[in-house]
Amino acid sequence: MRFNILHIIRIFRAGWKNIYLHKLRSLLTMLGIVFGVASVIAMLAIGEGASFEAREKIKELGSNNIIVRAVKPPPAPGTEQQTTFLAAYGINPLDLRRIKSIPSVEQIVPTWEDKRDVWYLDKSTSARLVGTYPGYPGVMNLIVVKGRFFNQVDYEMIKPYAVLGSSIKNKLFPLEEPIGKTIRIGLNYFTVIGVVSERAIVSGTGFEAEDINFDVYMPLTTQRIYYGEYTSGERRGGRMSIDRSWVKYHRLIIKVAETEQIITTAAITEDILRANHKQQDYEILVPLQLLKQAEHTKKIFNIVLGAIAAISLVVGGIGIMNIMLATVTERTREIGIRRALGAKRKDIISQFLIEAVILSSIGGFIGVLLGMAIPNIVTKFASMITIITYWSILVSFGISVAIGITFGIYPARKAAYLDPIEALRYE
Amino acid sequence: MADNLIEFENISKIYKIGEIKIPALKNISLAIERGSHISLMGPSGSGKTTMLNLLGCLDTPTTGKYIMEGKEISSLGDDSLSEIRSRKIGFIFQSYNLIPHLTVIENIGLPLFYQGINEKSIAERASVMAEVVGLKDRVRHKPAELSGGQQQRVAIARALINNPAFILADEPTGNLDTKTGREIMELLNKLNEEGTTLFVITHDSKVADYGDIVIRILDGQIVE
Repeated sequence: MRFNILHIIRIFRAGWKNIYLHKLRSLLTMLGIVFGVASVIAMLAIGEGASFEAREKIKELGSNNIIVRAVKPPPAPGTEQQTTFLAAYGINPLDLRRIKSIPSVEQIVPTWEDKRDVWYLDKSTSARLVGTYPGYPGVMNLIVVKGRFFNQVDYEMIKPYAVLGSSIKNKLFPLEEPIGKTIRIGLNYFTVIGVVSERAIVSGTGFEAEDINFDVYMPLTTQRIYYGEYTSGERRGGRMSIDRSWVKYHRLIIKVAETEQIITTAAITEDILRANHKQQDYEILVPLQLLKQAEHTKKIFNIVLGAIAAISLVVGGIGIMNIMLATVTERTREIGIRRALGAKRKDIISQFLIEAVILSSIGGFIGVLLGMAIPNIVTKFASMITIITYWSILVSFGISVAIGITFGIYPARKAAYLDPIEALRYE
Repeated sequence: MADNLIEFENISKIYKIGEIKIPALKNISLAIERGSHISLMGPSGSGKTTMLNLLGCLDTPTTGKYIMEGKEISSLGDDSLSEIRSRKIGFIFQSYNLIPHLTVIENIGLPLFYQGINEKSIAERASVMAEVVGLKDRVRHKPAELSGGQQQRVAIARALINNPAFILADEPTGNLDTKTGREIMELLNKLNEEGTTLFVITHDSKVADYGDIVIRILDGQIVE
């Protein structure tokens, strides 16, 4: 009966009054908790956003895929002096056939890529030309939003068809219907037959960011006829030398039938390539492994974050304990009076403990608000994705209440175990 | 046996300061009837304060028995003593001992707070008590806004609110001028006539003279 809800509410009200009485002091006391909680929520939101971006990027690459990328090997010493340098490297059709013969491989799609300017009437934009198989959208999870992708017949017939990435469409056909229109790439003309959906640009994931919205897709056969196997090259340095590459395939996208077979398939692919390449002119990406790495990184990040948060909350808690001890000393006489009037030790404990908990939970609440505001500001000004998780709010608020109890208990006990006679005499 | 409110049987109190034992009370026995008005007199260092602490259940005797309303309470624990203070005893102090950030009505109602009574009836009973001591129009004030005499009236109202078995007053007029002191003593006297047992500890003989019985204490022993 003594410790019913009403009684606790009354103690709460009395505690609140005391805190309100010393507004500035209470506010300063809370600051530690406020910043502790705010930083936990904000940092978790930023971390969560970054790992979300990483996961999205990896999913985009296809979690059942293995990607082999051609990498330009570093030039041999001496060759750099030449004005024109033709680098022959990368993955070739023989590699493709060998990898295709691995039983766990369900589908394999090569690409050949080159940077070119694309024209429609008087409008132009730079683009990445991608020659590939009709199966490309399937393995890359691309969605055709307008028209269609080229099919096997187009491929066999070497049709001059192009499918546009969303940014290319927006640049060349801001208001017009692109399907059926003719675009020019270099000296060759292509008919637009489809547009693929927009993909979010994902950055900061630990590997090269590619804006696939600037892709133009065409059958690999068509591309071979018009452009061959030499990239147009790029100007290098001030000497007007031109870097050209001779590459059969820039990428192989290998789709594996079963997720469990990805790791072994990747290992076999690696073996095949190592046996047949004199130089390290390829790189194998396993999105699933990257996903696992991303998860692992996130775990470490969370541990580091947790440690920082714990330290800042403990500092906040010490601040509360400090003030509560000062309050107990300041109110020694009051404690004596209350004891003389019949307050039990547990009454005194609950009075001071509840005050500490009120302080820390108000601090926690303000911290939650601040912590929810910071990620929004970050998103606005740093254009980073942030995700505020509900569990981070609950956990950090819960911890701040727990901090109030933990660091309030010592001052409260100290108050309760004061000798009432001494306390009454205290000046 | 008569209707004794309080009985002390061979009570001694010895304080220990390091290795040195200081006897504050030596073998005190007394019996107090319900409704009496007792003045406890003695110079400083005589053991008056120790008597007050023991009577007020703020301390326990080293040896001897303290019997209140027929029950021995000298060996009770802290919680039970708090309970007795809460329900049986009303305290009045020389320096009023009001809580400065609470209003008059909140100060008066404080003892009931620890009996778990709801706020509404605390407020009702506190305003009745404020009327009894003549402070009806000051209930919303803070102690600092009142005169010494008014503050002591608040303290008396607070001491009375829990219908205590007796009131312990420690130098109730010590901080007051003669006129106000007389008013306070007359108020206490009136309450005693209405049936409240009253214990007044003082070194002022004028105050002690209000009592029916005057106990003089010297060096821890009752001399008279």
